[in-house]
Amino acid sequence: MILHHFPGGIHPHDEKELTAHLPIEDAPIPSRVFIPLSQHIGPPAEPIVKPGDPVRVGDKIAEARGFVSANIHASVTGTVRAIRPYPHASGRLAPAIEIESEGEDQVYVPTKDRQDPLSLPPQTLIPFIREAGIVGMGGATFPTHVKLSPPEDKSIHTLIINGVECEPYLTADHRLMLEHTRDIIEGIMYIRYILNASFSFVAIEINKPDAIRMMQNNISDPHIRVISLPKRYPQGAEKQLIKTILGQEVPSGGGLPMDVGAVVQNVGTTFAIYEAIRWGKPLIERITTVTGRGIKTPKNLRVRIGTPVRDIIALCGGWKEVPGKLILGGPMMGINQYDDAVPVTKGTSGVLLLPREEVGEYHPHTCVRCGRCVTVCPMGLLPNFLGVFSEHARFADAERLHLLDCIECGSCTYVCPAKRPLVQMIRYAKGEVLRRRKKVARQ
Amino acid sequence: MKETLILSSSPHIKSPETIPSIMFQVCLALLPAVFVGIYSFGARAAWIILLSILSTLFFEAAAQKIMGRPIAIRDGSACVTAILLALNLPPTVPWWLVVIGSFFAIIIGKQIYGGLGHNPFNPALVGRVVLLISFPAQMTLWAFPSHPLFSTVTDTLSGATPLGWAKTHLITHGAIPATLPFNIQQLFIGQTGGCIGEISALALLIGAGYLLWRKIIPWIIPVSFIATTFFITGVFWMINPHQYLNPVYHLFSGGLLLGAFFMATDMVTNPVTNLGMLLFGIGCGLLTAVIRLFGGYPEGVSFAILLMNATTPLLDRWTRPRVFGEVSNS
Repeated sequence: MILHHFPGGIHPHDEKELTAHLPIEDAPIPSRVFIPLSQHIGPPAEPIVKPGDPVRVGDKIAEARGFVSANIHASVTGTVRAIRPYPHASGRLAPAIEIESEGEDQVYVPTKDRQDPLSLPPQTLIPFIREAGIVGMGGATFPTHVKLSPPEDKSIHTLIINGVECEPYLTADHRLMLEHTRDIIEGIMYIRYILNASFSFVAIEINKPDAIRMMQNNISDPHIRVISLPKRYPQGAEKQLIKTILGQEVPSGGGLPMDVGAVVQNVGTTFAIYEAIRWGKPLIERITTVTGRGIKTPKNLRVRIGTPVRDIIALCGGWKEVPGKLILGGPMMGINQYDDAVPVTKGTSGVLLLPREEVGEYHPHTCVRCGRCVTVCPMGLLPNFLGVFSEHARFADAERLHLLDCIECGSCTYVCPAKRPLVQMIRYAKGEVLRRRKKVARQ
Repeated sequence: MKETLILSSSPHIKSPETIPSIMFQVCLALLPAVFVGIYSFGARAAWIILLSILSTLFFEAAAQKIMGRPIAIRDGSACVTAILLALNLPPTVPWWLVVIGSFFAIIIGKQIYGGLGHNPFNPALVGRVVLLISFPAQMTLWAFPSHPLFSTVTDTLSGATPLGWAKTHLITHGAIPATLPFNIQQLFIGQTGGCIGEISALALLIGAGYLLWRKIIPWIIPVSFIATTFFITGVFWMINPHQYLNPVYHLFSGGLLLGAFFMATDMVTNPVTNLGMLLFGIGCGLLTAVIRLFGGYPEGVSFAILLMNATTPLLDRWTRPRVFGEVSNS
């Protein structure tokens, strides 16, 4: 199959050797979980429990508010202690439901056993996904039932399962593909059935040869193809992935994958969809990679949503060296945390600990116009000029240079020899532009 | 928590490349040319290079001190400018010319605009062209490689570069000489007259190869620059070989290789887009060929690059790459 080339990209060392060989372990049930009401794009969920209420693992505790939102479920059995602002992965305080767990064996017991979901009408499967509170688990956390309900006029011909995992360090998707191969394939069947997509691809970067083999060996359906992709960040970004496989570009200025007839689902999400449809299981846990040279024992863990990162760090032996950065997600797009009380959410693909000695301190220089950022930008933007416009508050000029098309992959900042915080300045400018637009809309 | 966590926004890893590391590698890549220069022209060349570095660093530091900016001579950019300036001077220049050149390169060519990153023109070339226009006598007093190895070169030719000699002959006799004073092999190795750093194509190509391999410089500019000059001089040579030098001779003589690989590629002063770089290179090549073929000066690389430096902002504006997913309006 001919692969197409997206522009730009970088080749940071992938650092996956720390955890790629480690089987997924079940983390013990935490004594307390803090489940944020906002773990998805869209309005936060509405709590339907109150302090003092007993809950069982898998119970719905907060309901999606509106269509683009997601349900939240209890990840442990215990008692609701509070609904209060709590440190959140976004860096702010956000309301979370605190549950004190009973600490006993709390295996989730399937509520359903749907032997043959493909005998049901396709549209009837979407409520199962919606009910389970599934969101994009690659990190974007867009509610999955919305993604699987394209408008009538958009026909989807291609489903792409994203097992690229191009962020350095992370191996959660890699391990999932190795250990739950058949379940993921079953999940692909369901999604394909819902979308009525003719073609399905499983995209995996070449640095996971065992996962590629495993998927290939287990797929019997000739309409599902495993594609091994060259290693290049951000290969796993949705638009870049579609371009690579279909040769088509999602239109600039707010276009969506469905505009080119494609839907992309992360392998973690696909597995969650399988569990929701087959067993009626809500999204109460996820695989996350605890890694970095700051942690004593790196692991791939299955953790309950709402588990404080502090517990996970302790479980992995604690900090090995002087703490530097605590990051939820990968090193390229992950969010830096100031408090290790922050809980794991549906989008937490990794817990990355960088020791102090690996955290550089940078003094940005004036742009020297080397053009490296232009070369690596996977969206064909001019990050150097966008950065300068942002510095000078020339937001209209930045918008003319397609500021809002930036996917914030961070490749520009990564390569900049002048150590300019390019993507950071672009993010700031994007925020300003969107804020002004809202203001204009209100007037 | 006992220890404080460091906070910053993603990405959390960065490539090890820095401005000083780039500048250091450019200096490294110039070393072969520096060695050939010193080997061929002796201690005088070493003295010029050293003086250029010292005075350039002095002016850089002084300017930054006066302007109340941090002293940044350790970023290596002034050192690159200094070496390039020295390599672009004839080995006979008096010492004060070197100082004047570095003054113009650093103060007028760079610091006046705000320092590294803000200068529209290549500082070393600003310095060189000021000297070339203001002190034409000193700047065109050539010497031949004095090393015994090169003693086969006849003295009757002393006082000219290959290009200068051909041009003079063309003006006085109406044609270029039937037999050229240097063969291609001599030009390639560096057994010829010229500026300290431009004589050996081989030394320059070794350095250029290193920079291309390390991806310090883009290949587009030198390739399009050299190819354009080669093509245009080639066309004219085919039209009238009695009046025009052959393109291979053009390629290996004068400052073409030094300019194309080390000065047109100055990242601050060339475009950031691929198409912009291509047009920039073609423009440099075109102007170089036109000046060499029809101009009053025998050599035109410096003027060509400086003129194209002026077009850089326009080229950047005209050649904005197509944004991913952008539907073309044309």
